[in-house]
Amino acid sequence: MYDMKALYEATSVENAIELRLEHPEAQIIAGGTDVLVQMREGKRAGKELISIQGLDEIRGVSMDENEAIRIGSLTTFSHITRDPIIQKYINVLGEAVDMVGGPQIRNVGTIGGNTCNGVTSADSASTLHAWEAIIELTGKNGKRYLPIKDFYIKAGTVDINVADGEIQTAVIIPKESYDRTAGFYIKYAMRNAMDIATTGCSVNCRLSPDKKTFERVRIAYGVAGPVPMRVPSAEAAINGKEVTLENIEMFSKTVLEDIHPRDSWRASKAFRQHIAVEMAKRCLIESVKRCGGDV
Amino acid sequence: MAQYKLVTCTINGKKREQIVDVRASLTDMIRNNFHLTSVKKGCEVGECGACTVLIDGEAINSCLYLAVWAEGKNIITLEGLMNPDGTLSDIQQAFIDETAIQCGFCTPGFILTATEILNAGVEYTDDELRKLLSGHLCRCTGYQNIFRAVKKTMLRRLGKDAEAELVK
Amino acid sequence: MSIVGKSEVRVDAFDKATGRTKYYEDRMPAGALYARIKHSEIAHGYVKSIDTSAAEAIEGVVKVLTCFDVPDIAFPTAGHPWSMDPGHQDVADRHLLNRHVRYYGDEVAVVIAENEVAAMQGVRALKVEYDVLPFVLDVQKAMEPDAPQIHEECPGNVLKHTSMAKGNYDEAIQEPGLIKVEGWYETPMVQHCHIENHGCYAYGENGRITVVSSTQIPHIIRRIVGQALGRPWADIQIIKPYIGGGFGNKQDALYEPLCAWCSTQVNGRCVRIDCSREETFVSNRVRHAIRFHIITWLHQDGSIAARKIECFSNQGAYASHGHSIVAKAMGSFPQIYPCDNVQADAYTVYTNRPVAGAMRGYGMPQASFADDANIEDCAKAVGMNPLEYRNKFIMPKGFEDGFSHNVNYYDSFRDCMEKGRVAIDYDRKIKEYQNQTGPVRRGIGMAAFWYNTAVYPISLETSSNRMQLNLDGTVTMQCGETEIGQGADTAYSQMAAEVLGLSSYRDVHVVSCQDTDITPTGLGAYASRQTYVAGFSIRQTGELLKKKILAYASKLTRQMAENMDIRNSSIVRIMDGKVLMSLKELAMTAQYNAADSEHITAESTYTIRNNAYSFGCSFAEVEVDIPMCKVKLLRLINVHDCGKLINPALAEAQVHGGMSMAIGYGLSEQLLFDEKTGRPLNNNLLDYKISTTMDHPDLEALFVENPEPTSPFGTKALGEPPACSGAPAIRNAILQATGVSIDKTPITPHVLYAEFSKAGLIHDDWEKEGK
Repeated sequence: MYDMKALYEATSVENAIELRLEHPEAQIIAGGTDVLVQMREGKRAGKELISIQGLDEIRGVSMDENEAIRIGSLTTFSHITRDPIIQKYINVLGEAVDMVGGPQIRNVGTIGGNTCNGVTSADSASTLHAWEAIIELTGKNGKRYLPIKDFYIKAGTVDINVADGEIQTAVIIPKESYDRTAGFYIKYAMRNAMDIATTGCSVNCRLSPDKKTFERVRIAYGVAGPVPMRVPSAEAAINGKEVTLENIEMFSKTVLEDIHPRDSWRASKAFRQHIAVEMAKRCLIESVKRCGGDV
Repeated sequence: MAQYKLVTCTINGKKREQIVDVRASLTDMIRNNFHLTSVKKGCEVGECGACTVLIDGEAINSCLYLAVWAEGKNIITLEGLMNPDGTLSDIQQAFIDETAIQCGFCTPGFILTATEILNAGVEYTDDELRKLLSGHLCRCTGYQNIFRAVKKTMLRRLGKDAEAELVK
Repeated sequence: MSIVGKSEVRVDAFDKATGRTKYYEDRMPAGALYARIKHSEIAHGYVKSIDTSAAEAIEGVVKVLTCFDVPDIAFPTAGHPWSMDPGHQDVADRHLLNRHVRYYGDEVAVVIAENEVAAMQGVRALKVEYDVLPFVLDVQKAMEPDAPQIHEECPGNVLKHTSMAKGNYDEAIQEPGLIKVEGWYETPMVQHCHIENHGCYAYGENGRITVVSSTQIPHIIRRIVGQALGRPWADIQIIKPYIGGGFGNKQDALYEPLCAWCSTQVNGRCVRIDCSREETFVSNRVRHAIRFHIITWLHQDGSIAARKIECFSNQGAYASHGHSIVAKAMGSFPQIYPCDNVQADAYTVYTNRPVAGAMRGYGMPQASFADDANIEDCAKAVGMNPLEYRNKFIMPKGFEDGFSHNVNYYDSFRDCMEKGRVAIDYDRKIKEYQNQTGPVRRGIGMAAFWYNTAVYPISLETSSNRMQLNLDGTVTMQCGETEIGQGADTAYSQMAAEVLGLSSYRDVHVVSCQDTDITPTGLGAYASRQTYVAGFSIRQTGELLKKKILAYASKLTRQMAENMDIRNSSIVRIMDGKVLMSLKELAMTAQYNAADSEHITAESTYTIRNNAYSFGCSFAEVEVDIPMCKVKLLRLINVHDCGKLINPALAEAQVHGGMSMAIGYGLSEQLLFDEKTGRPLNNNLLDYKISTTMDHPDLEALFVENPEPTSPFGTKALGEPPACSGAPAIRNAILQATGVSIDKTPITPHVLYAEFSKAGLIHDDWEKEGK
């Protein structure tokens, strides 16, 4: 039995917005795999909840008229992994969310929840950053679109305007982002399942038609700072360069210019930095291979 | 004031109606209202898998699922796997035959996740199977015999009985 | 023997596969009150006051009880048999709730409420004021003169110090030309992590108190609840249903005394205490973290001239099983690698950490890690193959321990090691993995252990048993040694069927649930003794029952009792094998004979005055990804000589579980604490890393079956042994792969990063190195 003050069950996105305006103190609950844990721990004990679990309208993956991939915020991890559109165009996202917790969590946990709780270790976050996802928010004034890097404000806080009754309704990957692009994600954790990332690294690249040159490399980390982050220095250093192991190693060392992991009981800063470099290298090598290139 | 809601759902093939406290987890409802005590509590925060049930065919941790969300859902617990004639499902029998049970506390959850895996009708690799089973913790078995029970049943369902017999 | 030795299906398998098995919470009476515990949020200090008013005002809260309300009775909690010798009794240093709090998580108050939420809210609403004292987490620091004093009656924090000496160490090390191999070896505080948390409920009945508990030791708990409440022991009834694992944590009085007392404070209403996982980690029991200092002096040929061993055991806040664990660890050294000159010291030291108690292996996983790490380095120091070194210097055949009088009747160590060597292809691999370079390397390693089956002669070993012949010719049997998941009931059925001549082990119905009002007194499940110990009383009681059956049969058949036997559930004449009547016929006749009715039963107690050595070893093969600081376990093989196997399939399964624990012990498990506050950091199953299905290779269990001469069925320890030698085998495999000796466990990526950095293996010139 949860120590919950009240539960409001939204029947539609519109209704969810109304409920949010009516109960601004209430916490939105989607899959529940984070919110209910916090409630059990006492952190959110005695709070009101607005459940959006029933909103099938924001569940599922589709391709919109601009060939952007639209992932409804309530889509569960396991459904993302199994989705043919995801598998065809941005398989790495399916792989990344397939590393969240365990299978039962992935059958319930949602991509919206994973991003809205603003946690740096979220397995979807580094990949969504590396693929420059757009977050769709719906409120009383209609829809608002935010690049994911602007959506994350600080640890545990994202840009959702409660006063406007906003809820997150979709995560969008534009065509320009996924076109001719492939990527790889490494979750570094202390065991191979049921774990949170010590550090997560997601890299993707687009190669020149002859596969000899890096046209565009993007890299993002989870747990390399308070929020998931891109690594502009490393990207700038490799873009336009030849596909060689030396360049990849140069790229991976450059990540240290931008990332700033901290010491915690989970891992030391030095250890995280060391691992971050190794992960960048391995992720880019795999990404090149997936683009049909060779190192 | 306590807040209640009528939930209508199917549990183990039977249509059920129940008024529940909205604060109840699905574990609470299944154990306390329906006395299906195969649904175990090992952590109540989704880390151990002992409370696993199937909802519309998918395994979930019932401890992290509100009872009111069961509305309209088809729920299966371990009690629902036995055939009407008293015989066991193949996977239950395999857990017995392969010595995959010790203290028995993780067993119900494991068997339900295995049921979802087997119902996919796919021949998974060992690594895939290990990943699909990774949401359950067990301290008695080292997972070895559980893994074998699932693998053998998977092969048998795919008609590969001879191959199943060779699984060590 | 036809039934013993067969891989029969567990007697409880069907119920467990169908979800019918009832654990304590599944038997909960409707309307039980919820008791939730307020745990201290400081590591050391005194409770000044507790403001209960806000909690009491919450709707549904029935009663708030604090450390100022409890009886002033100190009681022991260890699940040891009671000793009539006051000098041998467990340390009584606990109260039901504590004013002097000694670790972060100590019990200071309890809220009893009509429902779970009110109880939780009540606990959060309590306002506790403390006088905060300095605290200490580390053993060495706790032994310093100015360290915080944790128990008034134990100045200096050393709960106990014992020494052991053989020969003359100081003289022996004067010999010229000796090689010194010295190390400090560190083992972690880990937790049992049975999937069912401990819980219990208590209620008053007929002026007595009944407690239904998830425990391994109902009869011992009866005594402790009586002691804690100041009530006659016979006032207490303990019922133990099926439990979801124990591994030693439930070989201690956990919350049974508090729960029983709570019930008495609400007029005997039923009160339940259900531990959360977080409480299980911190406020139950943990494994002792033991730090070892070993100095081994070798002759040039590798033989051990002298050894000095110091063991420092972190007891945590209360005595629980106390010094027994490290004493056992210390005692292991001169037995496994015998040496003429030994000086050893063991210290058990209070700290402000969670309480260490019994856990599968009872000091041996710690000792095995330290000893086999040091021995590995000894082999290295004299340039010998590690397996060859052990073959040469490990306990010889015929070795007898002077204290327990355990005898190595066969050459079990060498038998086990030979089997493991062949199974893992040791000779080829150790050659293949020599002198590797590059970022990813493989290695192979091994380690060995011995184990005592039971607790004789340290403590009482007694086993009682009751059998009754049922009307259908089956037998119902009650034992005091409990089923906790290990399969004891099945082994008992097989042994009883064997003794009685029944056609199947299914003809023996073991009453799995112990009830101290009904079940003959036994000591429960601990050590690795159940099958060994119960075997004596099963054989004895079975023979008694058989005698009674044959005596009655004699009346019906006119045959002399001594000329008959029971075979295949029938009375047969021995000479010609003629079947005279079935057991069913006999039982029916005996029961309903109007002139001479008899309900045929037997009951007896056997006092065991033997113990038995159990042996084994582990072989591990690893792949180390040096830049990623990761170890992948490729293979793990355990070989055990636990005597004759009663049920090979169950034995194998039990070994798998122990191996899994050893993998966690070696690579990932440890409880961590905040140095600034003493607060536990990872007391949940997400942050505390027990292995998942994805963290294991296939686990391989092999056996050498040298029958134990002292056992009625030739069997000896297997419950704990599988958890002993896995971690050092992994450690030694990492050493072979990388050349780096790691003297602490768990060998996590953080440890590897630090050790590889020291060894110069963290660099980015692999390409160059490869060339």
